[in-house]
Amino acid sequence: MTAPTDTTTRRGRGREIAVLVAWRTGVAVPVVAVVATGVFLLAAWSPFDPIYQYFGAGVFSAGDAVIANAREQLGLDDSVWTQLGRWAGGLASGDLGQSLSFRQPVSTVIAQRLPWTLLLVTAGLLVAVVISLVAGVTAAWRQGGWVDRGVTAVGHTLEGLPPFVLALGAIAVFAVAWPVLPVAGLTDAGAAPTVDQVARHLVLPAVVLGISQTPWLVLHVRSSLLGALDEDHVTGARARGLPERVVVLRHALPTALLPFVTVLGNRLPELVTGAVLVETVFSWPGIAAAVVTAALSVDFPLLAALTLLTTVAVLVGALLADVAVLVLDPRVSADG
Amino acid sequence: MIAARFVPVVLAAALALLVGACAAPTTGSGPADPASMVLADGYEPDDLNPLLGYGEEGASKLYDGLTALDADRQPQPNLAAAAPVAAADGLSWTVSLKPGVTFHDGTALDATDVVATYRAVLDPTKAATVASGYPMLRDVVALDPATVRFDLSSPFLLFPGRLTLPIVPAEQVAAPGPASDLALGTRPVGTGPYRLVEWRQGSSMVLEANPTYHGGAPAVRRITIVFATDDNTRAQRVAAGEFDGTVLPPALAKGIAGQAQGMVLREHASADYRTITMPFANPVTADPAIRQALNRAVNRQGMIDALLAGQGTPASTPVPPVLPEEVEPAAQFPFDPAAANAMLDAAGWVRGADGVRARGALPARFTLMYNPADTVRRDLAQAFASDARAIGVDVRLEGLGWDAIEPRMGADAVVLGGGNPFDTAFKSWQLLASANAADGFNNPGSYRNATVDQALGAALAAPDRATRAAELRRFQLAYAADPGMVFLTFLGHSYLTRDRFDGYQPVVEPHTHGTTWGPWWNVERWTPRT
Repeated sequence: MTAPTDTTTRRGRGREIAVLVAWRTGVAVPVVAVVATGVFLLAAWSPFDPIYQYFGAGVFSAGDAVIANAREQLGLDDSVWTQLGRWAGGLASGDLGQSLSFRQPVSTVIAQRLPWTLLLVTAGLLVAVVISLVAGVTAAWRQGGWVDRGVTAVGHTLEGLPPFVLALGAIAVFAVAWPVLPVAGLTDAGAAPTVDQVARHLVLPAVVLGISQTPWLVLHVRSSLLGALDEDHVTGARARGLPERVVVLRHALPTALLPFVTVLGNRLPELVTGAVLVETVFSWPGIAAAVVTAALSVDFPLLAALTLLTTVAVLVGALLADVAVLVLDPRVSADG
Repeated sequence: MIAARFVPVVLAAALALLVGACAAPTTGSGPADPASMVLADGYEPDDLNPLLGYGEEGASKLYDGLTALDADRQPQPNLAAAAPVAAADGLSWTVSLKPGVTFHDGTALDATDVVATYRAVLDPTKAATVASGYPMLRDVVALDPATVRFDLSSPFLLFPGRLTLPIVPAEQVAAPGPASDLALGTRPVGTGPYRLVEWRQGSSMVLEANPTYHGGAPAVRRITIVFATDDNTRAQRVAAGEFDGTVLPPALAKGIAGQAQGMVLREHASADYRTITMPFANPVTADPAIRQALNRAVNRQGMIDALLAGQGTPASTPVPPVLPEEVEPAAQFPFDPAAANAMLDAAGWVRGADGVRARGALPARFTLMYNPADTVRRDLAQAFASDARAIGVDVRLEGLGWDAIEPRMGADAVVLGGGNPFDTAFKSWQLLASANAADGFNNPGSYRNATVDQALGAALAAPDRATRAAELRRFQLAYAADPGMVFLTFLGHSYLTRDRFDGYQPVVEPHTHGTTWGPWWNVERWTPRT
């Protein structure tokens, strides 16, 4: 990487980054508040009634008086604004509230499940990055060759394929037709979550999640590398008689990778959505599977916490990508 | 050139690294511990809190009630030292506690725990969902550390059967706020034969034998329950030998039993009815002739054979035929479409050109709602509509979620399910007494019949079993003369278990089924075969 050596430039860079972070954080607060309010309003207008979740099958033998009393005790009769105010008040004091569908404090639900989702998403991202870099570089290097044609065709096909179709296909192949991989849960039935167990159960969901995210990245790497190969410094390197491998990997690729970092940061929301589908299909006990439960049972506190978590993750992802580009590329100026 | 050829190799190597740890999964490698069991359940409990309905009927492995139901559905003392004793006026019951019982957390059980548990049910701020089952309970008091007294607002002969409610430590229900906030929901503390080791929500639950269980330590030392909600997936995994038992729809269970090695098919009768409500606010379903005719027009045995793989018994009233001491043979409806047609003709319902009857300007047409998540209800609704069509009644089907069904139950018919074999009089009272009209899902069609009300009231207040059974039979006759619903069938529940344990006892089941009931209702008394 070309790092600026001049100290004044570097100090300027540092200030630029600080301003960018401050500016983005300032924007994030109203965004998060609007999102939280939006979730509350959507949940309030949804046709689902949390009382069914509370009673379960008991609702069929419970009398109106018992049900009405439960509504009152749970605060379900209060207006949306009262509930929103109550939740926001709790949030201010560091209390995320109690999840109605999991019967646990929201913080416990998140603490139990978030690590598994992070593991899945990280592994999936790793798969996506490795595949897209290797395949994208190969395709650009031999533009128009059979690898390029294959990668482009497969990439465009996968773009239109929802992750759950991919997941069900993977199950059909690797669990039914050719049973080499476990397809459900974190471990075998009753087994302790050892590294070996979890690793084997992680393979299919992570690979499916990774591959589902790959098409955009592959096509992006390919096109930006093609652009970089036409640039002056690459032409110069070729003119100096450097081997093709060095030209592509040492001169063209770094330039092409900068926008890739930005794209990666902006793919985070997609990754989260993909994780929801993949976790549901593979019975992976992560936070994304809890999103579905929380939504179906109108679990206000959990739903809001999860939405905030996602919003923050997306904002942080975009910010990190921008900071990385700022640090890596001296030509970019910060937008702050 | 070389590099280009090298790339696919790199790609393959990268994938191989990712797939590194998995040459082949080690399913069923080595002999399983003979004293442990892996079950698959199609339904995962929302929580393990007795106040919210978990183990209400006493089949929980984690908790004990004061009484427990035996194979003949009779309450036997469990945490109670002896059978509960009623006062002469029937308005109070005294229960003495078994000495030396401890909870899983090591604390001793005494009267304060029993009082705290039942007071939590009665406490409106706890919003306990099981409260509807205790309308007769006024208060509970500790007479001394080993004796409690239950005070009732009216006599209730089968009160010992109500004492199956799991007892929890007093400190577990001390916290204010609704029951769903209690830690019990996910970290249960009981006196039961098993304690919870781990519950990974969404995937599995591990139970371990309680070595200090007051009934003696169970021989089956470890039970793992895997939650696999999809019936077909579960059936495939059972066929592959992954589990020691599961619950399956009857037809699937029959199919798998033939191909899975060492699995036994266990079919249990139940009091789990499926019925079609006939709302009284709807001019068609409120008509006595329509209700009588539909009850004779449905081919109940045909539905059981075609839709339930023969597993089930025809239902005409809420009292199941598996309870011979309570069922009234004269109150059963025959399958007789000719008689049904004659009844409608006599009542002035005339067939139109399209085959649908009408009386004046009112066509014989109503909407039937069902929850499409349950395939059995969907199939029964369709079968009912086609049988009704045959006698000129047009039934429009609508698949809806419960949220959408509930507000419309007063005017539109719905497929309902429920029932338990322990107290049919109470269940019938909830379902058909005018006192419960339009109260939640109890009597949603607002059926009213003075004779039915009177007979059910007398059955609930009966001083002894013989009188109670006689009043129940009188109720069934009164109901059959003026049916307020169309009962279709009592479902059979089908299970598969691996044949390597002794101690199985058949049992008649309630609406609830799954791995807490089924063959495993008394698993703490099972022994592994060596």
